[in-house]
Amino acid sequence: MILIAVKIAILCMSIAILGLIYRLIKGPSMPDRIVALDAIGINLVAIVALVSIFLDTNAFLEVILLLGILSFIGTVAFSKYLEKGVALERDRDL
Amino acid sequence: MKTNDLILQTTTKVVLFIIILFSFHIFFAGHYTPGGGFVGGLLTSGAIILLMLAFDMKTVSLILPVNYIYMAATGLLFAGGTAAGALLFNVPLLTHAFGHVDLPILGDTALHTATIFDLGVFLVVVGVTMTIIQTIGEDE
Repeated sequence: MILIAVKIAILCMSIAILGLIYRLIKGPSMPDRIVALDAIGINLVAIVALVSIFLDTNAFLEVILLLGILSFIGTVAFSKYLEKGVALERDRDL
Repeated sequence: MKTNDLILQTTTKVVLFIIILFSFHIFFAGHYTPGGGFVGGLLTSGAIILLMLAFDMKTVSLILPVNYIYMAATGLLFAGGTAAGALLFNVPLLTHAFGHVDLPILGDTALHTATIFDLGVFLVVVGVTMTIIQTIGEDE
């Protein structure tokens, strides 16, 4: 019973990722693409969690936190590049 | 125009410790669960990169006055020392030892010299990643 529900949920997340990939390719501006990438990362977290339920293992639980952290750092880096033109500043007070 | 990064900086101050604790957890749990020195080192350098993104490179080098090239060299020394230390006990190169030690607070703990080798991997990964990022970031 739970496996059928997990299968349906994985299908729904895949459809959501397909919609986000459409926005990633089509998105008229750069911020659209960055938000789409961030949301794809969060959806991947959901898919990893569902797959680890499906495979009945807890070996992938580190991957979930890791994907969340990497998605956050990547989004911050892209946003800062768009905002200021550089990702890493040498000296802020200049 | 001077921008204000208050939300990013406050979030970084909270999230940084969670990332570093998680990377240490991944490093120490590498023997029994997925993880190890490589992923832990990459996650630690990710935390330092987040600090560099929220602040600037001069501030980060004031907070962490570390020469990352020396850090990579220290890691190589740890790994090489663990490999060569086996020769002192008349066993082949890279033979690891294992034993139970009674530590004051933790009690009976299983210690393995592979942890020192893994610490070398950790230091090399952090050192090399941060050297690459710093060298590219300081380029004008």
